[in-house]
Amino acid sequence: MTHIGKDLGLQPRMGFFTDSTVCIGCKACEVACKEWNAVPTDGSVLTAESFDNTSALGANTWRHVAFVEQNTEQGFRWLMSSDVCKHCTEAACLDVCPTGSLFRTEFDTVVVQQDICNGCGYCVSACPFGVIAQREDDGRVFKCTLCYDRIGAGQTPACAQACPTESIQFGPLDELRERAAERVDALKAAGEPGARLYGADPSDGVGGTGAFFLLLDEPEVYGLPPDPKVTTRDLPAMWRQAGLAALGLLGAAVVSAGFDRLNPRSRR
Amino acid sequence: MASSPSRWPVLRQLRGPDSRGLRAAAKSDATEQLTPRTSTADRVVGSVCPYCAVGCGQKVFVKDEHVVQIEGDPDSPISRGRLCPKGSASLQLTTGGAREQFVLYRRPYSRHWERLALDEAMEMVAQRVLNTRAETWEWEDDGRRTRRTLGIASLGGATLDNEENYLIKKLFTALGIVQVENQARVCHSSTVAGLGTSFGRGGATTFLQDLQHSDCIVIEGSNFAEAHPVGFQWVMEAKKRGAKVIHIDPRFSRTSALADVFVPIRAGTDIVWLGALINRVLSEEKYFREYVVNYTNAPVILREDFKDTEDLDGLFSGLDEQHRRYDPSSWMYQGTEVAAASGERDRPPTEHARAKARSGHSESHGSGGANVHGDVSTDESLQHPRCVFQVLKRHYARYTAEMVEQVCGVPREQFDEVFDLITANSGRERTTSFAYAVGWTQHTVGVQYIRAASILQLLLGNIGRKGGGIQALRGHASIQGSSDIPTLFDLLPGYIPMPHAHDEHETLAEFIEADEAQVGFWSNFGAYVTSLLKAWWGPNATLESDYCFDYLPRITGTHSTYETVQAQLDGLCKGYFLLGENPAVGSANGKLQRLGMANLDWLVVRDFSLIESATWWQDGPEIETGELVTDAIKTEVFFFPAAAHTEKSGTFTNTNRLLQWRETAVEPANDCRSDLWFIYHLGRIIRGRLLASTQERDRPVVELTWDYPTEGTHAEPSAAHVLQEINGHDAAGKPLSAYTELKDDGSTSCGCWIYCGVYADGVNQAARRKPHTEQDWMSHEWGWAWPANRRTLYNRASADPSGRPWSERKAVIWWDERAGKWTGHDIPDCEPTKAPSYRPPEGAHGVDALSGTHPFIMQSDGLGWLFAPAGLVDGPLPTHYEPQESPVPNLLYGQERNPVREVTRRKHNRYAPSGSGVYPYVLTSYRLTEHFTAGGMTRWQPYLNELQPESFCEVSPLLAAENGLVNGGWATLISARGAIEARVLVTDRMRPLSIGGRVVHQIGMPYHWGPNGRSTGDSFNELSSMTLDPNVHIQEVKALTVDIRPGRRPRGADLPALVEQYQQRAGITADTGMEVTT
Repeated sequence: MTHIGKDLGLQPRMGFFTDSTVCIGCKACEVACKEWNAVPTDGSVLTAESFDNTSALGANTWRHVAFVEQNTEQGFRWLMSSDVCKHCTEAACLDVCPTGSLFRTEFDTVVVQQDICNGCGYCVSACPFGVIAQREDDGRVFKCTLCYDRIGAGQTPACAQACPTESIQFGPLDELRERAAERVDALKAAGEPGARLYGADPSDGVGGTGAFFLLLDEPEVYGLPPDPKVTTRDLPAMWRQAGLAALGLLGAAVVSAGFDRLNPRSRR
Repeated sequence: MASSPSRWPVLRQLRGPDSRGLRAAAKSDATEQLTPRTSTADRVVGSVCPYCAVGCGQKVFVKDEHVVQIEGDPDSPISRGRLCPKGSASLQLTTGGAREQFVLYRRPYSRHWERLALDEAMEMVAQRVLNTRAETWEWEDDGRRTRRTLGIASLGGATLDNEENYLIKKLFTALGIVQVENQARVCHSSTVAGLGTSFGRGGATTFLQDLQHSDCIVIEGSNFAEAHPVGFQWVMEAKKRGAKVIHIDPRFSRTSALADVFVPIRAGTDIVWLGALINRVLSEEKYFREYVVNYTNAPVILREDFKDTEDLDGLFSGLDEQHRRYDPSSWMYQGTEVAAASGERDRPPTEHARAKARSGHSESHGSGGANVHGDVSTDESLQHPRCVFQVLKRHYARYTAEMVEQVCGVPREQFDEVFDLITANSGRERTTSFAYAVGWTQHTVGVQYIRAASILQLLLGNIGRKGGGIQALRGHASIQGSSDIPTLFDLLPGYIPMPHAHDEHETLAEFIEADEAQVGFWSNFGAYVTSLLKAWWGPNATLESDYCFDYLPRITGTHSTYETVQAQLDGLCKGYFLLGENPAVGSANGKLQRLGMANLDWLVVRDFSLIESATWWQDGPEIETGELVTDAIKTEVFFFPAAAHTEKSGTFTNTNRLLQWRETAVEPANDCRSDLWFIYHLGRIIRGRLLASTQERDRPVVELTWDYPTEGTHAEPSAAHVLQEINGHDAAGKPLSAYTELKDDGSTSCGCWIYCGVYADGVNQAARRKPHTEQDWMSHEWGWAWPANRRTLYNRASADPSGRPWSERKAVIWWDERAGKWTGHDIPDCEPTKAPSYRPPEGAHGVDALSGTHPFIMQSDGLGWLFAPAGLVDGPLPTHYEPQESPVPNLLYGQERNPVREVTRRKHNRYAPSGSGVYPYVLTSYRLTEHFTAGGMTRWQPYLNELQPESFCEVSPLLAAENGLVNGGWATLISARGAIEARVLVTDRMRPLSIGGRVVHQIGMPYHWGPNGRSTGDSFNELSSMTLDPNVHIQEVKALTVDIRPGRRPRGADLPALVEQYQQRAGITADTGMEVTT
C-alpha cells in the first residue's frame, strides 16, 4: 500500500486516474464539481481557444478540460483532457502553509480548510502547477478537495461519478496505477506510441501525484509543466546553506572581535 | 466539541502521532464534522434528467423541503450514475435564480409586463379559448364535416410528461383544436415515417446498452458523444471490446475525436453515400442472403407500370406536377392496391385523397406499417426483373464510389474502408449498428435518408440482431412520448391517424376498415380506437353513439406547426399556446414565427424563463429593425412559470421507448405549476362554463372524462391516475396488462394502446428501479418499454427461419420445441407460442395471417421493406436530390430537388437559386454538449454559459483566409432570408470539399442562441427557410446556402436592407426555387 508520512491506519491512499484517451470533452466534470462545492462561475468569455473557455485551474475552476487540435502524421486529432489539482506526494503548498489550513487527509489528499485560511497566499507561489489560487472577493485560497466530504462517507467524488466515459476514475492509488500501466501498454500495442503517464512516477519532482494522467503527447501540449518539482525541495539544503553562512559570519565576527582584544593597539 | 486546550493543534501535534502537524493535528473542528449533504438529506427521490432523451437516472436530495443536490443514479442501467454537463447542472436549473416565479401579463399594445394573479390568469385564458373557439368554429369545410376550430393552436410537449401530453391532446381535441404540435415535428418526425414504413414501428429498433455488443458502429447524421454523452458510454464499451467506430459528418466534432474512422461529407448528400454502399453490397453479393430472402420484401414482384428514377431522370411514375404530388398506385406490389393513401379502393385519387395524402398519413406508421391488400407474387431466386431486389439494384446502379467522390466529396479510399468494415462486421457472427439523429431527419428528403439506412441494414441482416439495429437518437426528455401519446396534429395516441374529413359522414367502422391491415397486429386496429374513445368519453361512448367517433375533429390536410404559422400570418389562427417550446429560436424562419405571433389575439407561454417567444413584442429582432412596433402589436400575452421536473410526478419516454417514472421531490413555489396542473384546471374551468351549454359543439367537452383526483396544497392532479387511464382497464375497472386484451366492443378502455401494460397488475411498471447490478445486461426490471417491454425490436430476426439463432454469439431469442414457445434473453417480438413452421392457411386474417417466420409483425406483410410500396409520398426508394439551396447541381439526375417537397411562398421565405455565386457556401447547424435546443434550459444557467459563452460559427483556415475572417473575431452570415452575426472559430475541423471538380466550403454553427437570457446572440434560424419534407413536414435546416463576411452586422433598418441587397444581386423572385421539375 502506498502511504506517505506515518502509517496512521488501514485507509489506502486514494486518488484520480484521468485517462484522456476516452475523454469526450463534455465538461460534466467541471459542472458537477461546481454544483457539489458551490464554486462560483469564473467569467463567461469566449476565448476562441478551440472549445476551451475555462482556460486554467484556479480558485473558481477546480476541473478544467483542455482542448488541443493537432495535425499529426497520422492525421488530424483533437486531444481532450480534464486537469485537476495533483494532490502531490510532496506538496509544496502544504509545506509552506503557515496556519495549518492546508493539511493532508487520511486519504493522503491535500485539502484547504476554509475556516483556517488567512489568505496569506504563500501557497499560491509555491504550487509548481499553478493550481491553488485566491478568490478575488474573498481572499482565501480554494482548490479541489478530492471531494473530501463525499469520500469520507464512502461516496464517489462528483467529477468521477458524472464522467460519462469513465475518463476520470477514482479509487486506491495503487490499483489505479496498475490499471493505468496496463492501459498504456494496450494503447502502445494498438499503435499509439505517444501514450504515457504523467504523475505516476514516485521518483519525479513531486514524488508522484495523487491525481495522475494518461496523455498522448508531451505534457506541455496539454498545458502541463513537463518536469514539475516541489518548490520546497531545496529548502532543507537552502536552510543548511544559510545556516552555514550564518555560522560562518558568526565565526568571522567572533574571530574579528578576538583580534581586537588581543591587539589593543588597533583601537588607538 | 468544546475548544478546550487539549484540542489546540499545537498540543495535538506534540502529544499525538502527527508530530509534524501536517495531518490529523491540523484538522479544525469544522473539518472533523464534515458530512456530505448527500448523507444528511431528509429524503432522496428517484428522478430522470429533463434534458435529452437518453433518460439518465437522477437522485434528488431534499433537506427542509428544499432540493440541495441532484446527481446521477448509479442504479440506472442506462446511465450508471453518470450525467453530462447539462444533467449535472440540474440543481442550478431547478433552484438557481433564473426561474420566473410569478404570472406575467402583457395587455394589448402595452410596452410592459404586469403581474397577474394565477387564478385570474387561468379564468382569462379559459375565456379567450372559449371566445376564439366560438368565433372561429367550423362545422364543415368545403362540404365535408370537420367539427373544429382552426383559430387556436398549441405547440410544445417534448419536455413534458406523457401524462401532460395526454391531457393536452385530450382536452384540445375535445375542444375541436387540431393544430396541436410539438418539438417532435421539427426533430424526429422523419424517423416515425422512415423506420415505420420499413419495419412497422417508427422508433429506435434497439436500446443504448445493446451497443456494447456491436462489432462496428456507424454514427452518421449525429454527434453522439456531444448530444448524448452518457449514452455514448455504450459506444465506448463496444470500443473496449474491439469494435470499430465510424463517424461520418460535415465536421470533425467531439464524436469524431473518439472514432476510429472519420469521414467528412457534404451536408445533404448522405443518400448518395448510403446508396453507394447499398449498390456495392448488392453487386459484390455481401448481403445476408437467407435473411434477405425470408425477412424482407426482396422477392416481391412489382407492377409493370412502375417507372424508376433511372427511367425518368430522377422522377418516379405517377407525378402530378400541377398538384405537386405523386399518385403512388404504380408503386404497389403487383396484384395489390393501396388502402392507406386513398381511403377509397377502386376510384381514382380525388382531391380528397390528395389532401389526405398531403396531411402526412406517413406518420401514422409509428406503430403499424402501411397497408397492402391483395395477392402478392414473389420470386425467391431474386431474378425476376421486376422483383424488388432487381429494381433496387437498378435504382442504385449509378451510385458508385466515383459518384460518392464527386457528389459527397469523400475520397475513394475512405469509401472502401467503410464498406470493408461494415461488410466484414455483418452476417451470422458479427453485427453492425447505425446511430443517427437530426443530421438525417432535418432535410426535404429526411424520411428517405432513414429509409436508405433501413435498406442497408436489412440487406446486411442487422435488424433485430444483438449489437445491430438502428439507433434513432432522439433529443428531448420525452419526445418519444410526445410522439407516442401525442401532441401532434395528424395522430391520436398510439399512432392512430387523426380522422380525415370525408364527403360523406364517416362512421367508426368505415374509419377502421380504411386503415386496418389484413395481416398482423394492426388488424386489431378497431380495438385500439374503440378503447381510446372509451377512455375519453367513458359511459357516453357506446355502440349507439358510434363510440363518440363523431366528436373527433377532422383534419383536411397538413396542419403542421409550419402550416399553423402561415395560418397566423393570414389571420386565421388567433390564439396560441407555447408549452415549453421556443419557436422564435428553435423553429425554421424565426422572422415568420414572430410575425405570425404578432398577428395573434392572444398568446400563452409556459416556461421557466422569459424566452424569446414570450418577449418578441418588446425586444425581438423586428423591434430593433423597426419592422414591428411594440405600440402597434395587439397580441395579448400571458406568461405562466412552469414547474421543474423535480416538482411534479410523471413519466418520460426516452429514445429507446422506455418509460421511466419520476417522483415529486418538492412542491413548486409561488406561481410555478406543472403543465398537468395547468391543463387539468384549464379544462375544469372551461367545462364549468360549458356545463349548462346546449350547443352541439360543446358536447365533446362536457361529456369528456375529466375526473382526476387532486392532491397537495396546489390541488395537483394525480399523474398516477392519468397513467392508469393511459394503460387502460376492463369493464370492471381492473388494469389491463397487454394490448392483446383490448376489445372493440366497448368493454375495454385504453388511452394509448402501445402503452397498455405500463400499469399491469395495478403496479406502476415505469417506476420500477431494480439496480442494474442485480439484473442481466438487458435489465427488464428498470422502467417499462413499449411494446410489451421488449428491448430489441424485431428480435424474431435474430433467429433463422427454423427458429435457431444465426449464431450463439449473437443469440437473442430462439424457439424451444419442447416447451412450444419462444424463449431467450429478451421478450419475444412475435407471438410467444407461434412455431417457426406455422404457415397461414388460405384466407387467414389478422394475426393468424402472420407466418412463423415473419419478424416484422406490425407490417401488413410481416416483412422488412426494402422497397416501400405504400406509406410515403415522395418515392418507394430513397433517391438523391440536392437540398432546396445548394451550391452545386444534382450530378445524378436532371431533377434537382425533391419534386414534391413542401415549399413556402412568402415574402420573408425567399430561396437562393441553385449554384448561386451570391450565396456560395453551405451552412449547416448543430448542437453543443453544453447547451440544449433553443436555449431555454441552458442560456440562463451560469455554469453552462461559462463553458460556451457565445454563439459562434466554425470555418476552415482556407475559407477564413479567402474572406478575411479572424479566429475570435466577428462574422456576418447572410442567407436569402436573413442576416446574423457570430463570433468566428477558425479550425481544421472544418474542411473544404472537392465537389464535381470545384471547392465547396462548409460553415457550421450551433443553433442554441437567441437575444434573451444571460448568454445572448443572434439566432441561427433567422437564416433558415420553411421548406419541408412532404411526408412529415419537417424543416430542412441541415443544409442551406449563405455568404459570410468579416465584421458585425448592421443594426436597425440597415439589417433588412442588407438582406434585400443580397436578394437583388442574386436575382431572387417569388418564383425562385419553387419549381417541381427541372
